[in-house]
Amino acid sequence: MDRQLVSLTRRAVLADAGALFAWANMPRIASAAGARDPRFVVIILRGALDGLSAVGPTGDPDYAGLHGDIALSRSGPDAAPPLDSFFALNPGMPNFHRLFGAKQAAVVHAVATAYRDRSHFDGQDVLESGYPGPGFATSGWLNRALSLLPAGEAVRLRSGLGVGVTTPLLLRGQAPVVGWAPQVLPPAGDDLAARLINLYRHVDPPLADALVRGLDIDRLASREMSGEKGRRGGMDSIPGMAQAARGAARLIAADDGPRIAALAFDGWDTHANEGGPRGRLAQLLSGLDGAFAEFEKGLGPHWSDTFIVAITEFGRTARINGTTGTDHGTATVAFLAGGAVAGGRVIADWPGLKNDQLHENRDLRPTTDLRAVLKGALADHLGLGAGALAATVFPGSAAAKPMAGLVV
Amino acid sequence: MANDPRAGFTALNRFGFGARGDGDLAAAASDPRGFLDAELHEPGIALLDGPGLGRSADLLKRLFEEQERQRREREGADRARIASALQIVLGAEPSPPPPAPQEAVKPGQPPKPPGVEQLAFRAEALARFQRAVAARAGFVERLVCFWSNHFCVSAMKGGFVRAIAGAYEREAIRPHVLGHFVDMLEAVEQHPAMIFYLDNQQSMGPESQAGRNRKRGLNENLAREIMELHTLGVDGGYTQADVTSLARVLTGWTFAGSDGRLGEPGAPVFFANFHQPGAQTVLGRAYAEPDRTQGLAALDALAKSPATARRIAMKFARHFVADDPPPALVDRLAKNFADSGGDLKALAQTLIASPEAWAAPAAKLRNPYEFLVAAARATGRPPLDAGPILGDLDTLGQPLWSPPGPNGFADTAAAWISPEGMKARLDMSWRIASRVPDMPNPVDMLDKIAGPAATPETRQAVARADSRQQALALLLMSPEMQRR
Repeated sequence: MDRQLVSLTRRAVLADAGALFAWANMPRIASAAGARDPRFVVIILRGALDGLSAVGPTGDPDYAGLHGDIALSRSGPDAAPPLDSFFALNPGMPNFHRLFGAKQAAVVHAVATAYRDRSHFDGQDVLESGYPGPGFATSGWLNRALSLLPAGEAVRLRSGLGVGVTTPLLLRGQAPVVGWAPQVLPPAGDDLAARLINLYRHVDPPLADALVRGLDIDRLASREMSGEKGRRGGMDSIPGMAQAARGAARLIAADDGPRIAALAFDGWDTHANEGGPRGRLAQLLSGLDGAFAEFEKGLGPHWSDTFIVAITEFGRTARINGTTGTDHGTATVAFLAGGAVAGGRVIADWPGLKNDQLHENRDLRPTTDLRAVLKGALADHLGLGAGALAATVFPGSAAAKPMAGLVV
Repeated sequence: MANDPRAGFTALNRFGFGARGDGDLAAAASDPRGFLDAELHEPGIALLDGPGLGRSADLLKRLFEEQERQRREREGADRARIASALQIVLGAEPSPPPPAPQEAVKPGQPPKPPGVEQLAFRAEALARFQRAVAARAGFVERLVCFWSNHFCVSAMKGGFVRAIAGAYEREAIRPHVLGHFVDMLEAVEQHPAMIFYLDNQQSMGPESQAGRNRKRGLNENLAREIMELHTLGVDGGYTQADVTSLARVLTGWTFAGSDGRLGEPGAPVFFANFHQPGAQTVLGRAYAEPDRTQGLAALDALAKSPATARRIAMKFARHFVADDPPPALVDRLAKNFADSGGDLKALAQTLIASPEAWAAPAAKLRNPYEFLVAAARATGRPPLDAGPILGDLDTLGQPLWSPPGPNGFADTAAAWISPEGMKARLDMSWRIASRVPDMPNPVDMLDKIAGPAATPETRQAVARADSRQQALALLLMSPEMQRR
């Protein structure tokens, strides 16, 4: 590709940048009939989700006592719909329940990263970096997974999408990614953008790269999302989560759009007045539930080859605290949804909730390594090898073998 | 320092909010360090007062009254509906049922007037922004922003924090940015905004009188964030047991509620009924002091910890100088913090006396707030209304006093140089440029705000733009305006 700027038009600039970023200029290799064209979505739930109020082990005799006023129950006015004979789902998630019934959704319970302390910020770094401990906040596992895909793969060519004004660590790194957030400003002209990129290329290349990628995804978004105006709400609100999911779904559904997306929803740090079947947590869960529905709707025929995973940095205390909430804990749940998920089941090696079964006598004990779940999905859905997954994507995770059978 | 235009540019950009183009660049060039140091010696420079800026307690009292009034209106409407329903049942002549409150506003009617928290938040935002735009160098305002982000609260928590987020900064942060760390720490952790943000008003000692009566107990949120974020840092050597102990120590740190039973509504108070009795051990030291003094003693020890000195030094250097600051600079700042007993004016002076702080390349990206202030200074357009500023901060990913978590907004260039963020800055620069009337020649503006520090490439791009608006947008987006 000719990397000289022949004229200062936006098209020329984008074509120049296309060597790295502009999938629109790439031949459509993987769209041939019959070839798989998978989508993979990661939703980070920032603040530590209380897995025991999201998916309640109603069959555990110690659950109701420990989780007190916010425990889910299978009976009563706010009955939690059962997932199987042991677990019940928070009533705020009817879509997920429907998908679960259609075997397109699954829950992994008593799951945790390798992190065992209780700082949100270190916990999120571990969750997103994919390293066994904090202190590696320079690249994310999803970015390294992207960089490992064979060069011709649609998922690689078409890059990864970060939803929001800042790129989550999960998706930061060497592999080029794009960002998108709901548009609220009238766009600057193409000519101005081209001139600025030209200036940046001469004096500040990192700013050039970032801006080119921002313009590129914006162009795709304005095509796919005409009529979608303004921001609806924060990433801890039901409309905000729905809007982010709707936008991401349209972008990754487009033939020339990205194939991998990362979103982050906020507000899960429920220290006080958490609420069980109703209240703050149930509201947040219904936001997440709405996001699943938006993905299902927006992806249309691609839903059948989509794998969505919603994960959080750690869980919360098994015992409610003094203020009808929960403090920072350890194991929790991961939600899997999509037509590619071998669903309809809760995957759990249940540790029990008796005092001596709790982690440090306070938290749900982790019995499944979250990295095994993510590696299983990356292996069977995107075709990454176990060796690369252990060496590059999740360094130091050889003992956590990719979980088999997660993908249809 | 001798006359040095480049150092003058660094003084204004790295340590301040950028040039206003009123001769400040030349003044800074003639004595770059002295230009900054002068601000540190101006009495009361960090304090902020003005019309519409009230005390936290007054604002909370009004908020409580407003909430009470709304509650009564809702109940009144409910009662009236029930009464009318009863009349129907009893066969009496029904009077038309009053509308439910949410139905009261019909399309086309003017929207509900803004509430206490909205009015206060906007007044505070406008005052803060105007102060930053008008400041000579803006070094002290940058220090306010740094400490406010270090000890952040978030208005996303709800109306209570929104009403007093600005007052919190004026009452707990500003009086101490050139004072002592321990005083700021104590003011912060007792302020209703922080107490409410991190849930401490609900935390009770399990063996306290209230804890026994109500069968409620601890909430360790505030205690954990004090250790992890406000003082020691996550590697500061504390354990879960230390967190729980500090949470017990801090039980009873609350504020007076709307009933005024504990004092003036909204005022910070110590409520002995909630306080866990007895001595507590935190980080190997036993605290047997009574009541509030137990917590003050624990905070004092945390402020004096070497881990705190290291953590503050690192964050301070990272904010002003580089994502990975020179180790010699961090060491010097940490030593100064420890030796001076956390004297924050001395810390600021140590920073600007350090050659590393001037020599580092301008690799930081202005965060959205810094960028918007710098743009208003460069274009000579101080804001007259809070609405657009708040909207712009939202769009650029740094909503005022509303960080996503208690660790505040990111403070690295890597976090702000994002595709969507740069695209949003470009669109915003275009909009700002389209609204500047009687625009001076943008090349002259570049000379006034960057002088010899401007690169030939930027000068050429601005000079060759096809309109003044385009030239100004390029100037606002140039590395000279974006980097610091």
